[in-house]
Amino acid sequence: MATTTEDAVPRSVPEGVKKRRDDSRLAWLFILPALIGLLLFYFWPLVRGIALSFTSWDLLSPAQFIGAENYVRMVQDPVFWNAVRVTLYYVVLNIGIQTVVALVIAVLMQRLTRSAMLRSLILAPYLVSNVVAALVFFWILDFQLGIGNQLLEWIGLSRIGFFTTEAWAIPTIAGVNVWRHMGYTALLIFAGLQAIPSNLYEAGRVDGASEVRMFRSITVPLLRPILGLVLIISVIGSFQVFDTVSVTTGGGPVNASRVLQLYIYENAFAEFNFGYAAALSVAMLAILIVVTFAQYRVTRAGQTDLN
Amino acid sequence: MTQLHGTAGLGAEAVARREPENPAEQKRPRRRLSLGRVAAWAVMIAMLLITIFPFYWMLRTALSSNSALYANATSLLPVDFSWGGFERVFGLQTVDEAIAQGGSGAQLNFWLYLRNSVIVATGITVCQVFFSAMAAYAFSRLRWRGRNLVFSAFLLSLMVPIIFTLLPNFLLIRDLGLIDTLFGIMLPGLFMAPFAIFFLRQFFMNVPLEIEEAALIDGASKVRVFFALIIPMSAAPIATISILTYITAWNDYFWPLMVSYTDDSRVLTVALGAFSAQSPQSGPDWSGLMAATLVAALPMIVLFSLFAKRIVNSIGFTGIK
Repeated sequence: MATTTEDAVPRSVPEGVKKRRDDSRLAWLFILPALIGLLLFYFWPLVRGIALSFTSWDLLSPAQFIGAENYVRMVQDPVFWNAVRVTLYYVVLNIGIQTVVALVIAVLMQRLTRSAMLRSLILAPYLVSNVVAALVFFWILDFQLGIGNQLLEWIGLSRIGFFTTEAWAIPTIAGVNVWRHMGYTALLIFAGLQAIPSNLYEAGRVDGASEVRMFRSITVPLLRPILGLVLIISVIGSFQVFDTVSVTTGGGPVNASRVLQLYIYENAFAEFNFGYAAALSVAMLAILIVVTFAQYRVTRAGQTDLN
Repeated sequence: MTQLHGTAGLGAEAVARREPENPAEQKRPRRRLSLGRVAAWAVMIAMLLITIFPFYWMLRTALSSNSALYANATSLLPVDFSWGGFERVFGLQTVDEAIAQGGSGAQLNFWLYLRNSVIVATGITVCQVFFSAMAAYAFSRLRWRGRNLVFSAFLLSLMVPIIFTLLPNFLLIRDLGLIDTLFGIMLPGLFMAPFAIFFLRQFFMNVPLEIEEAALIDGASKVRVFFALIIPMSAAPIATISILTYITAWNDYFWPLMVSYTDDSRVLTVALGAFSAQSPQSGPDWSGLMAATLVAALPMIVLFSLFAKRIVNSIGFTGIK
């Protein structure tokens, strides 16, 4: 992606313009606000967060350097390990379902219709906040009155305590977020599908290939780089799940849905353990880096099979 | 909704439009119309239903009276039609009335929160997009030493997870004395978003060089080129990124929750969370809650329906480029 930078370089510069070629002063001026934002709200927090993770600090008294104590505590903290497990479980469920559903919608849209209206409707859930999505499903899946549970009973199954039982809390929250994001993800994949040359499908059809066969042999391999990028973006987002949990289960029942970000929030703002919360954030960062890197390798998102 | 009417009719129409002069071609799409295509449409419509139904259910519940919900949980239409839910949200009922109808007596100071949300989302969108556009211009159309180096620094920032910056940013805002102010909520988002810079840079690079050179020869400055040429010619992508930024800023929950403590700086999403937390645990005020969620979601739905086509058509570029 970075290689395209050079595209902007003038290929033929007329004489009169040549003397203006170095725009250093103007460029720094133009970049100044963004640079301030970058340093102040991205790089400085990075440094400060890591430094903070080696201290004990409750906001009231000055921070005290305590070495790696926070990390030692973290390794021995069963709630932390539980949070990691719950978060991973959530991410696998969320991304797994979301990707499959979005892929199905995208392929269907590509094969069935170009209607912008339909694509707008599919995108609608993305417009509402996580809080709204969470509350609506909190109501729809209510044990007593929710239409979802009424439906279950109507088709002869027993009611499920979606947000109130340990086994269902995380799958339910994952499902809610699939609902909010599947349309958006489908549109991203749809855009990738549009980039696949249509003559490949024509050729496949001439050879008598079935739709399923063409999906496996043309769509999947050629979609891989885009799918890879979409996956990386959505996995990073998925790891940071908070709103839905905070509004519905609040981490319960017991610790069944206490995801890492919620645990960080509680440590910082309920117990004022800012040092420990910072250490937890560093752990989250480390997990994200490893996962992103692994994904990038596995999906080979940087390469294309098109050429 | 025309595309949902009949699958057969639509397929035939499409065929007729696409290949009117080639009868041999006509056969193939029509064959695909068969079982597979019907099944495909069925799946698509099911997906649409899943997408749309919760919105309808919000409306249906909000327009029901709370007590009637318990007896008629499955009715598809509002039961015992009532504006009570909305009245509770907007504080049009007295506390006694509200409690009698199953509410908590808590209400949304809606217009205040709406104003706060509008200020925050607008402030962030205007500044962030403008400054990002300036940076994107410097990265795409200006020649300067260190450009690639600085650009890779921005690339790197794209990988810093937001969660990691939140805690230190909170401390920074606190040190600046901006806790519980709208400006404090806005500040971290005002300067730029790495994503907006990349997005706009891609489009600025595509503005033909010849036009820029002609303007420069005519004596225009680079600054003038930016304002009078690049910005107008990139109006569409700028609008798209603005809308996406607006939606994101509007829906943000975690950051405003950290910074805001009182009504002075409470935005709609946070207010909604608080409103739901105040609802009685046993026998919640569902119609009031759904009225509140609907009211909170409405501004974005209106905004979106105005620009739906543009957003939908440009999202391809957003995700991939």
